[in-house]
Amino acid sequence: MARSHVTTTVNGDEYEFLCDAEQTLLDVLRDELFLTGTKEGCATGDCGACSVMLDGRLVCACLVLGVEAAGKLIETIEGLAHGDELHPLQQKFLEHNGAQCGICTPGTLIAAKALLAVNPDPSETEIRYWLAGNLCRCTGYDKIIRAVMAAAEEMREGRS
Amino acid sequence: MTITQDDLRFDPDRKLKVVGTTPIKPDGVDKVTGRAKFGADTHLPGMLVGKVLRSPHAHAIIKSIDTSSAAALAGVKAVVTRDDFPELPPGEFRDISSNCMAREKAFYDGHAVAAVAATSERIAKKALKLIEVDYQVLPHVIDVMDAIKPDAPILFEDMVTKGMDPAPDGPTNILQRKEFTMGDVDAGFAEADIIVEREFDTKPMHQGYIEPQACVANFTEDGQTELWCCTQGHFVFRTRLAAVLKMDISRIRVTQSELGGGFGGKTMFYAEPVAILLSRKANRPVKITLTRNEVLRATGPVAGTHSRIKMGMTKDGRFTAAEAELYFQTGPFTGSAFANAPQAMFTRYDLQNIRAVGYEVVSNRPKVNAFRAPCVPQVVFGVEGVIHELARKIGMDPIDLRLKNAATEGYKTIYGATFGPIGYVETLEAAKAHPHYTAPLGPDQGRGIATGFWFNRGGETTASLNITPDGTVTLLLGNPDVAGSRVSICMMAAEELGIPVDKVRPIIGDTSTLGFNRVTAGSRVTFSAGMAIVLSARKAIETLCQRAAMMWDVPEDGVVFEDGHVRPASSNVGDFEPLSIADIAKKATETGGPIAGHAEIVAEGAGPGFGCHIVDVEVDKETGAVKILRYTVVEDAGKAIHPHQVEGQYQGGAVQGIGWALNEEYIYDKDGRMENAGFLDYRIPVASDVPMIDTVIVEVPNPLHPYGLRGVGEVPLVPTMAAIANAIDDAIGIRPRSLPMSPPKVLKLIEEAEMSRDQA
Repeated sequence: MARSHVTTTVNGDEYEFLCDAEQTLLDVLRDELFLTGTKEGCATGDCGACSVMLDGRLVCACLVLGVEAAGKLIETIEGLAHGDELHPLQQKFLEHNGAQCGICTPGTLIAAKALLAVNPDPSETEIRYWLAGNLCRCTGYDKIIRAVMAAAEEMREGRS
Repeated sequence: MTITQDDLRFDPDRKLKVVGTTPIKPDGVDKVTGRAKFGADTHLPGMLVGKVLRSPHAHAIIKSIDTSSAAALAGVKAVVTRDDFPELPPGEFRDISSNCMAREKAFYDGHAVAAVAATSERIAKKALKLIEVDYQVLPHVIDVMDAIKPDAPILFEDMVTKGMDPAPDGPTNILQRKEFTMGDVDAGFAEADIIVEREFDTKPMHQGYIEPQACVANFTEDGQTELWCCTQGHFVFRTRLAAVLKMDISRIRVTQSELGGGFGGKTMFYAEPVAILLSRKANRPVKITLTRNEVLRATGPVAGTHSRIKMGMTKDGRFTAAEAELYFQTGPFTGSAFANAPQAMFTRYDLQNIRAVGYEVVSNRPKVNAFRAPCVPQVVFGVEGVIHELARKIGMDPIDLRLKNAATEGYKTIYGATFGPIGYVETLEAAKAHPHYTAPLGPDQGRGIATGFWFNRGGETTASLNITPDGTVTLLLGNPDVAGSRVSICMMAAEELGIPVDKVRPIIGDTSTLGFNRVTAGSRVTFSAGMAIVLSARKAIETLCQRAAMMWDVPEDGVVFEDGHVRPASSNVGDFEPLSIADIAKKATETGGPIAGHAEIVAEGAGPGFGCHIVDVEVDKETGAVKILRYTVVEDAGKAIHPHQVEGQYQGGAVQGIGWALNEEYIYDKDGRMENAGFLDYRIPVASDVPMIDTVIVEVPNPLHPYGLRGVGEVPLVPTMAAIANAIDDAIGIRPRSLPMSPPKVLKLIEEAEMSRDQA
């Protein structure tokens, strides 16, 4: 079966790859581009571990086909920090111990960043509902929510 | 003088600089940037994709397997079936092997029957479809109580129940029976004014780690095996793989990845020996990553139970006797660790008369695996329900009743140990004093409490500590870090050496770098590896002192180590500027070579842990839905080395328990196939289901650990379901006795109560 040639942009860099028709964006990121920071927890869109941004929209990479990435702008966990400066969400996850085992952390960080882009001052309830698609089995969510609230506060202060 | 484990006693007067603070953990940055490598993140050149064919039947004889068409498919490099696994004598390793690949029979929906390795996932999946398996489907049994009925389908015709006297005439599904007794139970019940006896059911749940099992195996032409995988115990994996595959232990090297959650579920392997055999046949590396469907159908779960629990009490609230009959499902093979339950279920109460009998029962579901305090939360759901009812009967506050019966130092337990200093009373007092306990409640709201105990564990542990030439320190550890052990161990090393914690960097070595380490389980690692690293540090300090004495040309007993420096013990020794670790390390070549310390111990003296949970719920009487409004975990940590890590254990355990209490269960169709093998239908708690989880860290030091710590990972799950059930009773006057307390079941309880009220 012929594989498709796809050109796409990931974290600002142009990438080319060949992919099977049934390969998902998650498969491509992990197995073709070796960007393994995006995780697979279910491959059915239920756990959020593979959350990435696709042209500014939060998606589960396991529910997007690799060929659909053609010509799109993709943002993954590998692009969250700027140089040696961590994103405030990353820094607050460190300070609040928001990452326990860490498997859900990349997807949760991407999803949280998407939230703060549309709602810079979310309530605890708004954060909980926005992140309801990002399963975590270790933390009980408490420290994740606190880390997001702290990062939101810091980012608001940074803007003003 | 050689320092040993016996020298590592808690010193209450020690001033602490690092222990008790909350530095950022050394594995933190890798985890927030996507650098951390988990099980599925290893790629090797030429690597093949392995896929496993699984039985669609709950119970079937495998008459034949024809793999010829699959093997002939272009791109398929190896096919493995039961014929490729070595024959083993009956026992643990044959069970393990038979669970990884079915032999004469498939015992559950999802049991592996064959596997392929191919150049792509697409080809591997196509090859699986070409494998022809001829099954003779047999009647199956899922539920534990159905499995012990006289007419139940029998899984093993040759199984003789262990621990029954007299033994049953023929085969049954009861694998073994274990009884634990102390005192005179009949006399204890005769002394009682009030006796409550109830039956309880719990359902199997999955450990629910977000990272599916994944491994890469590389078998070389000279018979060496390298394996990369996510595991809670790479040393234990190595030992068992060697037995299952009949290989020398030294020929297997297991490298553990970061662990994306385990909770007990990654203490046993599944696809790893299959990947090794595929790699051996293909002469190429093979990667197998389980899907979520496979994880749910073929790994885990936790034992479901049926239990009968009876307790007696005097009218002034003193417990006189306790009795329990407990049935645990284990899947087709032993593995439930059910003997924990009779030993732990009543332990925290000053009971002198106990009889607890457990039965481990096989049925057609996946072989169960460990989960935080294996088999204890299920039965504590019942014990704490009976005690809740006893408190109601005499109108006593539930914490006061527990305080009145609390075990204290000197209590001799049913498992033979006598308690040293323990923190059960302190935990109960802290719960009672918490503002949560007396906060007002609204309509249809209720509050429940429950308590739990776990032994905590020690065991074989090795570690190595190296002083680098600039005086900074590296640690080599042998246990996968399931959630925060690494940072805590670094903190103990830094405290010992008097240096900042960011001068200490840990790695977890593969199985060829250190001596054997017991699996990361039972809340043993921060305790045991902490002991090993403190011992290593003190040995290194001994060497540092010797070297400083050499540099100053003074006797060895003329120097002391304080605050990260070697100093003259007194002015009589001489007038020398204190030497830092870096000063001494720089001169190490001239004074005798590199400076290090290492330890190989069987860690002893784990201090038992106790917890008390307070939970508020609101019950929607229209739908039966239970909402968790407020939750507080109070637990004795002995000493919290890194309080954030300890809180994380408390919070995570409680929320896992909320899932088990309210929602999680396996649903089977009439043919014994799991119907909810995905995260959409097997729904674990999500962020919007739960509130913040408040924590109180009680600290009653364990005298047998240098910093006083107790394990904290198991207890947070133990009382959760009981506390929630007790809160539901407080809200609506009905104490559920069956898990999960899902909306349809709670609604049915409400309707039944209304009907019986109408009839009365």
